Amino acid sequence: MITLRLALRNILGTGIRAWLNAFIISIALVASSWNQGVVAGMDEQAARAARDLEYGGGQYWQESYDPYDPLTLEEAHSPLPEELRRLVNEGKATAVLMMQGSIYPQGRMRSILLKGIDPRQHVLDFPTSALSAAGAGLPALIGGRFARAVDLARGDTVTLRWREPGGAFNAEDATIVHVMQTTLAAIDNNQAWLPLDRLQEMARLPGAATLVVLAPGTAPLSAPPGWVFRDPDFLLRDLRELVKTKSVGRVVLLVIFLSLGMLAIFDTQVLAIFRRRREIGTLVALGFTRGQVVRLFTLEGALHGVLAVLLGAAWGLPLLWLQARLGFAVPPGTEDMGISIGERIYPAYGAGYILGVAVLSLAVTTVVSLLPSRRIARLKPTDALRGRAS
Amino acid sequence: MADELLIRTEELVKVFPMGRSEVRALNRVSLDFRAGEFAGLVGPSGSGKTTFLNVVGSLDAPTSGSAEVLGRRIEGLSHREAADLRNRSIGFIFQTFNLLPVYTAYENVEFPLLLLRVPAAQRRRMVMDALEWVGLADRSRSRPAQLSGGESQRVAIARAVVKRPPLLLADEPTANLDAENSHHILRTMAALNRELGTTFLFATHDEKVIAYLHRKITLVDGRVERDEPLTPAAGRETGP
Ligand SMILES: Nc1ncnc2c1ncn2[C@@H]1O[C@H](COP(=O)(O)OP(=O)(O)OP(=O)(O)O)[C@@H](O)[C@H]1O
Ligand SMILES: [Mg+2]
Repeated sequence: MITLRLALRNILGTGIRAWLNAFIISIALVASSWNQGVVAGMDEQAARAARDLEYGGGQYWQESYDPYDPLTLEEAHSPLPEELRRLVNEGKATAVLMMQGSIYPQGRMRSILLKGIDPRQHVLDFPTSALSAAGAGLPALIGGRFARAVDLARGDTVTLRWREPGGAFNAEDATIVHVMQTTLAAIDNNQAWLPLDRLQEMARLPGAATLVVLAPGTAPLSAPPGWVFRDPDFLLRDLRELVKTKSVGRVVLLVIFLSLGMLAIFDTQVLAIFRRRREIGTLVALGFTRGQVVRLFTLEGALHGVLAVLLGAAWGLPLLWLQARLGFAVPPGTEDMGISIGERIYPAYGAGYILGVAVLSLAVTTVVSLLPSRRIARLKPTDALRGRAS
Repeated sequence: MADELLIRTEELVKVFPMGRSEVRALNRVSLDFRAGEFAGLVGPSGSGKTTFLNVVGSLDAPTSGSAEVLGRRIEGLSHREAADLRNRSIGFIFQTFNLLPVYTAYENVEFPLLLLRVPAAQRRRMVMDALEWVGLADRSRSRPAQLSGGESQRVAIARAVVKRPPLLLADEPTANLDAENSHHILRTMAALNRELGTTFLFATHDEKVIAYLHRKITLVDGRVERDEPLTPAAGRETGP
């Protein structure tokens, strides 16, 4: 108790230096917590977007379907089995048919994915209802990014070409009935959405689908033969991997600033022990044991960690809170990172993470303070009193 | 009580290694001190005065010989026992005052009592008594940096005597003080010796200190050359 009291007085007595050391560590705490929050927020937003717009509550895949191999699309379709058709009819799922095709904007050919979806579906949260527009011949819905890439706008017509099962090519002009602004590349890049029944006709595959998206919150049935159920965790795996690679930054931040702080504390401690030899000798003369002196100096060092946590809480928590409320604009170029986020990122901090780094910095400061303090044990009190290092 | 044996050293030897050779700082020193003495070790620089005080104060172990202080054999003490002996029974006064810089005068004097776990109410009384003995009750809130050398040494004396130790070791207590302050603290210590019966053992070459001593032991090259009683010349009768 008496050592704690003295340590507290000593460290507050050193003034600016102690606060500077603590400040450096508090930067490590806050910056790393912020980074963690941003990544978690991005992850959360991206996962939400993916769920609302693409994955729903999971997907039934026709067994040949492989999203990484477009060549499988020729095989990856079957008529909807009875169970899945019932889910679709009840509005608890919606079927998607996919087919390779090409378009000819400004006379250049471009391979794209044709996707058929029921215009009246409410399973996924994007404007398929535009596809029910009357009198549009073959209506097509495309994403904003794709529209810019091929320079198409609402009301434009574009020639679609595709291969029929026999191998013969067929073509038809489609009208862009709507350009949807979305952050999710998976429903935008290089693809056109058509009414499901029209695409089934074009492919001569009546009643067929490549996959069936379950509405979020609907309990999945076991997959019928010839189909595989992919739950949301499976579907989000790639996204999660991507986010994980982006978390490396926070570890680097933490390590850099924590090491800087530790170096400063180590330095302060070594210097203090050198400069305060006479004080150490005095404490021993007054009846301190060596253990108590070591404890005193270790405590002083460790208190830097406590100051850092307090300081970090004082300036960091309000800042983090504000950032979480206001969010911040996604910097340009972030689109290419491959995960979809809104225009603003809202950090989602983990209390556990923040607590964890706080405890970590306390532990590390204590260890760093203990190292130089052990030199005290080798200091002879008589030498210390003369102001000599042994 | 006045005749009780407080310190007995027998054939005390302390050797310091010095490169290839060694320094014999104490060479077979045998001395007795009784309770209530006001004694001083004098002698040229390097004669072993500080070394003797350090051994008696259990801050250093002798190379050979024995030292019995307050009934405890110094050679056999563990670190913890030595710390306990200093804590309970020995007060130190240094040439450089050695106050804890972050504490006020009051807190510096209180510190040994905290180590001894003296209850708060009693502690407060003892601290104020000690500050009054040295005439600094009104400076209790000052920090060492705000005190003059003489005042600092008086706080250090209060810190040394606050726990009423039977033995007080003072190594060159006046070396950093002017004549007026030297006499002031010497009068204070003499009064404490008289009123509390505290035994004082000095190491000094200051004539002003010697003028207050009852007994002067002259060390030369680590040996006791003379051990003589003195009739204090200076005004011991004046209070603190
Ligand atoms: N820790 C040490 N290591 C090596 N030699 C030492 C040590 N302490 C003291 N000595 C030597 O022992 C001898 C006695 O030293 P000591 O400090 O006891 O003398 P002193 O009488 O107190 O001198 P002064 O009047 O200068 O204070 C000196 O030669 C000194 O150099
Ligand atoms: Mg000396």
